[in-house]
This record gives sequence, C-alpha cells and structure tokens, in this order.
Amino acid sequence: MFYFIAKRSVISFFIMLAATTLMYFLTISSGDPFEDLGETNGPEKAATIAARTEAMNLDVPPIPRYFLWLQDVGHCLVPGGISCTLGQDRTGAAVLPQLENAMGSTLRLVVVATVLALILGVVVGIVTAIRQYSVFDYSVTFLSFLLFSLPLFWLSTLLKQYMAIDLNTWLANPQFSYLTIALIGVIAGVVWAVVVGGDRRRRLMVFGVAAVATALALYLLLVTGWFTKPGFGLLGMLVSAAGVAVLWTALLAGFRRRRVLHAALAAAAVSFIGYLVSIPLLENPNWFIVLALVVVTAVVAYLVAGVVGGPFRAQAAKIGAVIAVSVGLLIVVDRLLQAYPTLSAKAGGRPIPTTGSQSANLAGTFWEINLDFALHLILPTIALTLISFATYTRYTRASQLDVMNQDYIRTARAKGLSERTVLVKHAFRNAMIPITTLMAFDFAGVLGGAVITEQVFGWNGMGKMFVDGIDHVDPGPVMAFFLVVGTAAVLFNMLADIAYAFLDPRITLS
Amino acid sequence: MTRNDSPRDDSRASVELSEMTLQSQDTDIATATPTREQTDRIRTTEAKSQGRLIRERFFRHKGALAGIALLALIFLLAFTSIGFAGIPGWWNKDYDVLADRFNEGRPTLTLWPFSLGEHPFGQDVLGRDYFALTMRGTQTSLIIAFIVGLVAMVIGTTVGAIAGYFRGWTEAFLMRITDVVITIPTVVIAAAVAGIVAKHGIIPFALFLGAVTWTGLARLVRGEFLSLREKEFVESAKSVGASSARIIFRHILPNTVGVIIVSTTLAISSAILLETALSYLGLGVTAPDTSLGKAINDNRSALTVRPWLFLWPGAFIIGIALAVNFIGDGLRDAFDPKQTRVKQ
Repeated sequence: MFYFIAKRSVISFFIMLAATTLMYFLTISSGDPFEDLGETNGPEKAATIAARTEAMNLDVPPIPRYFLWLQDVGHCLVPGGISCTLGQDRTGAAVLPQLENAMGSTLRLVVVATVLALILGVVVGIVTAIRQYSVFDYSVTFLSFLLFSLPLFWLSTLLKQYMAIDLNTWLANPQFSYLTIALIGVIAGVVWAVVVGGDRRRRLMVFGVAAVATALALYLLLVTGWFTKPGFGLLGMLVSAAGVAVLWTALLAGFRRRRVLHAALAAAAVSFIGYLVSIPLLENPNWFIVLALVVVTAVVAYLVAGVVGGPFRAQAAKIGAVIAVSVGLLIVVDRLLQAYPTLSAKAGGRPIPTTGSQSANLAGTFWEINLDFALHLILPTIALTLISFATYTRYTRASQLDVMNQDYIRTARAKGLSERTVLVKHAFRNAMIPITTLMAFDFAGVLGGAVITEQVFGWNGMGKMFVDGIDHVDPGPVMAFFLVVGTAAVLFNMLADIAYAFLDPRITLS
Repeated sequence: MTRNDSPRDDSRASVELSEMTLQSQDTDIATATPTREQTDRIRTTEAKSQGRLIRERFFRHKGALAGIALLALIFLLAFTSIGFAGIPGWWNKDYDVLADRFNEGRPTLTLWPFSLGEHPFGQDVLGRDYFALTMRGTQTSLIIAFIVGLVAMVIGTTVGAIAGYFRGWTEAFLMRITDVVITIPTVVIAAAVAGIVAKHGIIPFALFLGAVTWTGLARLVRGEFLSLREKEFVESAKSVGASSARIIFRHILPNTVGVIIVSTTLAISSAILLETALSYLGLGVTAPDTSLGKAINDNRSALTVRPWLFLWPGAFIIGIALAVNFIGDGLRDAFDPKQTRVKQ
C-alpha cells in the first residue's frame, strides 16, 4: 500500500512535469504577446513592451524561460524558502494571490455540480437498471442522449436568458392558477407511476396518490406564502426528521427488524432535540460551529441508536449516525431558506442572479452570505450537472445491469434474501466499483467544462484566468490553472485506484 | 495447431483457426481436421457470419436507424443546398452576401402550409441569409468532426495496438505519453493548440484537435490487445512463425474493430461539441470560415431580440450530436450484445 502510493506519486510527479512542459510550450507558441499593441503608437507602447518583457522574461530564450517558471513553482514546494508566487503575469503581478481568489468560486461550482450529478445520476441509473425496458428506462435513455448532445455553452446561455428571468418574475409574485396546479399534479403523477411501475391497478393508484399529494402540497405552499418566506418550520422539521429516519431504515435495513426502526426514530429524535438546543448558536455561526454541531449530534445519535438497537447494535448505530448527518444537512438547508426573504430584499426582488459568483459588497449574516453563494450557483450548477448526470446515469445503469446478471445475485435470490437486500447489499455495492474510476475522470472533465460555464455566466474564476491567459499569450495564469487541474486529475486517478483496491478485494495494489 | 507442411499453409490454417474459435466457440471442430458432417455443421454456423449478425443486430436498433436517417438528412441538406467546393447547390443565396433586412430579419419558414419563404432561418444583423450561413457552418462542423474522429482513430489505434502487443518498455513509453496528454483536460489542451493552428484554416485545426483527443481510444485498444494477445489463436499464429505485423493486422486488429468503431463514433460526437465550444470561446474557427459554434458566438448578444440567430445553429449541433450518439449506441449493441441480452 505505502509502496504503491510512493511509486504512483513519483510517476505522477514526472507525468505532471512532462505535462507542464507540453502546456508551457503550447501556450508561449500560441501567439504574439504584443498583439494587442499592434495598433497603438507612441512612448506608452515602448514602455508597455519593456514592462511586459521584464515581467514575462521575454528576453530569455523559451527553454531557459521554462526553467525560470519551474524555479518559481519549486519555491512553492520547498518550505521556508523564497516566497511562493507561481511567477508573474504580464503586468508583473504575482500569480498565486490571483489563483487563490479564483480557485474558491470555481471549486465551489465544480464540487457542487459533481456531487449533485453523482447522487442524481446513480439513483436514476439504478432505477433504470431495475426497471429495464420500461417506459421510464426508455425516457431516461433518450434524455441522457439528448443531454450528451447538448453544447454546454448553448444550454448555459438559454438557462441564463429564459429560466433566470422567468423564475425571478415568478418569485416576485409566486402564484399559479388552479389549472396550472392541477397540471403539475398530473405530470408528477405520471412521472411517479412510470418510475414505480407494476400492473395497471398499481400504476393507477400511484398516479392518483402522487397527483393529489403534489397538487395539494403545492396549493398549501402557495396559500401559506411559502415561496416568499420559505423554510421548514418546527413541525416541518420534525416530520422531515421522522421521514428521513424511515427512508434510511427502508433502504439500509428494511422493516423486519423492529428494533432498528425504533433506533432510527430515536436518532431522528436526538437530531431534532439537537436542532432545538442549537437554535441560538445557529443565528450567525461559522462553518466550524456548524460542522462541530453535526459531528456531536452524529456521535450522540450513534450511541443512542446503538443502545436502542439492542441485539442489532452495530447496524442500528450506523443508521443512527447517517440519519443525524442527513438531518444536519436538512437543518443547514432550512437555515439558508430562512435567510431568503432578507437577501431577496437586498437583491431588489430579483433573487436569481445571472452573472458573477457572488454579490459585490454584500454585508449580512453567515446564512445570507452562503445563500448568496448558493443562488449564484443555481444556474451554472444546473448546466454542469445536467451534462455529467447523463454520463453517470448511463454508466451506473450499465454497471448495475452487469452485476445483476452475475451468478452471485441469482444465488442471493435463490437463498431467499429479500429483494432490498439483494439490490442494496449484493448488487449496488459491486455496481459502484467502476463508478469510482468514472468519478476521477469526470471531475477533471467538469473542471474543463467550468472554463466554458464561467465564460457564459461571467464568473471571475480559474476558467477566466485560463481563457484570458491564452488570449494574452501569458503563460503565468495559464500554467497556474493547469497546475490545479492537472494535480486534481493525477490525484483523483490515484485515489480511484486506491478506492478500487478497497472495494474489490480481488485487486491488490503493487 | 495440427497441419505443419509449409509456411503459407500454416498462416492460412491459423487464420481459419482463429475465425472458427471466434464464431463457433467449439474448439473440437476448430482443432480437429473437419470430417464431412462437421464441415456441414461449420457451414451452418458460417451461414450467419459475424458481420451478418452484427448487421442484423444493428438494423434492429430503432434509435440507430433514426440516427442514420437524421444524419443523412443533415448531410444532404448541408451539402446540396449551398453547394460545396465550387459546385453550386439549389439554394439561390450566398452566406456572405449582405442584403436589406426583410421584416427585421425574422425567419420566413412556415411548416403549414410548408414554405421556405425568402429567408427560412431569417437574416443576421448584417442582413446575410441565415439559412445559407447555417448550412455553411454545418458543413464546416461536420468536416472538422469527421477529420478529428479519423485522426483520433488512426493515432489511438496505432498507439494502443503497439503498446498492447509489444508490452515492455515500448508500452511503458507510449502509455506514459498517453498519461501526459490525458492529464490535460481536452478543452484546455485544445484551447492552447487552437490558438496556434486555427488561423491557418479548418483542416489543420481539425488535424490538431484529432492529435489531442486520441488518448481514450488508445487506452481501450491497448486493453483489448492485452487480452487478445494471450488467446490461443495468437499463440498458434506465433508458433507457425507469423510475423508481428501479420498477427497484429490479420489476427488481433479484426477482433478489436467493434471497440474502435464505437469509440470513433463517440469521438466524432464529442468533436462536434468540442469544436463548437472552442469556436464559442473565440479559440476555434476564425473568419472568413464559419462554423456552428462561431455562428452562435457571433450572435450571442442578439439572443434577446433575435433568438433565431441563436437557436438554429444550436438545433443543428444537437441534431448532429444526437444522431451520431444514437448510431454509436446501436453499434455498441451490435458489436457487444452482452449489455442488451440481460433480462431479469
């Protein structure tokens, strides 16, 4: 294991070295760094040329220039040496501070998009595999092909132009006619009926229940003015916590063991009490406090669920911790939603922004600032998520089908295990193994895609740094961007290999 | 492995062997000298050759057929309407002729009753006929995508085949190069390369894009070669003294055609998206050429007032990519029926 990591790190280092060389020479030969000065004249031109030559070391031949850049990077690797700048851009400013500024927003976008696409893609992929050759399967297949074929920049521009504007207008006065509510209910009913499937009677029943429930919920939300003042409220939080407990139990343990269900409900109660206790703390916290609260709740829930679980202590305790973390996530969402009315007022009633990664000079609480981040993320995240979602769905479906056809699944069914156990414990776990590799590749791909999304949505992230750098034939920012992206790609590939060995004991690292 | 008279016969025998093991999956028939009854049995299996099975599976795939129809339609429309390489087409307007704008440049296409009108896709800000412009862009994008696919296929197959067959330091060297190129995201390396070559026209641009997008195919082909080179028919070919080139081209490569064709198809669809994305960033096709991505980039500020300038090229990009993706899916099912056969 240690030998494997050491060996891979050394190889990765040399691959990165070669890749930076390639990238550096491609960048400096991609144009003329003085091209934008072509039209101007006079003493400023000579001064700019002199300044740029100085900043970009243009008086040094290309190969030694590359080594000068490498030396700047080396300063960052050697601790306690000369200050780390990652070189200079063409105006002579150090690159590292710019990179630090740009990295935050880009990573936020990429991580959120990857996580969302992964969760959605895996869930939908599994369902399509279980319900193979159903209407749902065919619809999702067609949808993923459509998403595969969508140009990212085109989708982003459309989202920005139509969805943002319409959504903002609607949010200013959130009303639907009865007809619209009924229509949304019918659509929801059809979707659920198609997803759940079964014979005609069952489908009709699912359709009816889902349609009525959706229409009713929407009606209540509109009447109570939820869309202008969103949030769960105390009762909503209690119901959600119980719902989360039942859902996780259904997925991970099934209801045959009553003690586990009781333990899960106890964990939900612990989380809810934790919520009540921490209300004053959560008025204006920071990420450290939030994280600490979640961890403490998870530990308490783990212990309590373990005690209640009795003979099934280990299983119950794990489910308890999972429930506590899920409820913690719900609480964060709830607090963010509660910050919406004040933030919306600060944004002049047009809360969904179409440009930038954050509002300039926004003063507010922790929740307001983070909700502001989240609202800025909505459109670019939808665009990036939709594209990766297609990949994850297709691969998960293929992988799950592959596993479902294995002999050990037939054995599991033959020995009378419940369908839930077969699907979750025997099939799902093994189907996820190839997805780890996909994730490693996809993360780097999404980082590349962020270049385009940032351009459309006017973000000042790493993508802009890169595109501007290429435009100006300025290797400093381009290489800084590449260092981050390349390191991420190499690192994620290595992590995927290690994860592979953990998940599949037949594979040994050497 | 039985007959050992002359080198020429040997190689033929090994070819036969390899085909039989692949098709009939019946090693008894393949290794023993066939008796009359057995030859009949072989004939019945050979009556449906591998190629024919693949064709049958492919033509059962409705999505793939729809994809072929759509792609053919787009090809015909793009190349016959405004003509190509000096040959005039049936459309009477040119994409670079400025004219007065008719009705604010709105599209005159009506579906019922069907009529193209004066400017079916409208006119751009300068009054150029947008139908002709979109067709020109479609031609460029199609040409680029197919060249990229072809180049990626040739380089990827060559690298993957050599690495997978010869192993050792050759493999280490080639695969490390692949790793280096794969480390750089496609958009990033393509953007850097595009700056150098895009101004020299679309063909060099396409060649260079192909030269940076072959890595996925190389890895897949190498994987196939690694497993195929251990198969008995390769061993038998080696034992009768076939040269490396012969084994690669006659024995292994035909068995990797499925992987190569499918990946090339998918490479073409991603090349369409890559080219349009680069042109959109201003790093791809430059004037006087035009492409679908460049058309969208030129008109991006016009979306609010003239949405058709934005929607038509987009629709063609999606149409091409969707058609190619469906064809690729059909080919995958045809070459590798494992995934479709699964039923609970």
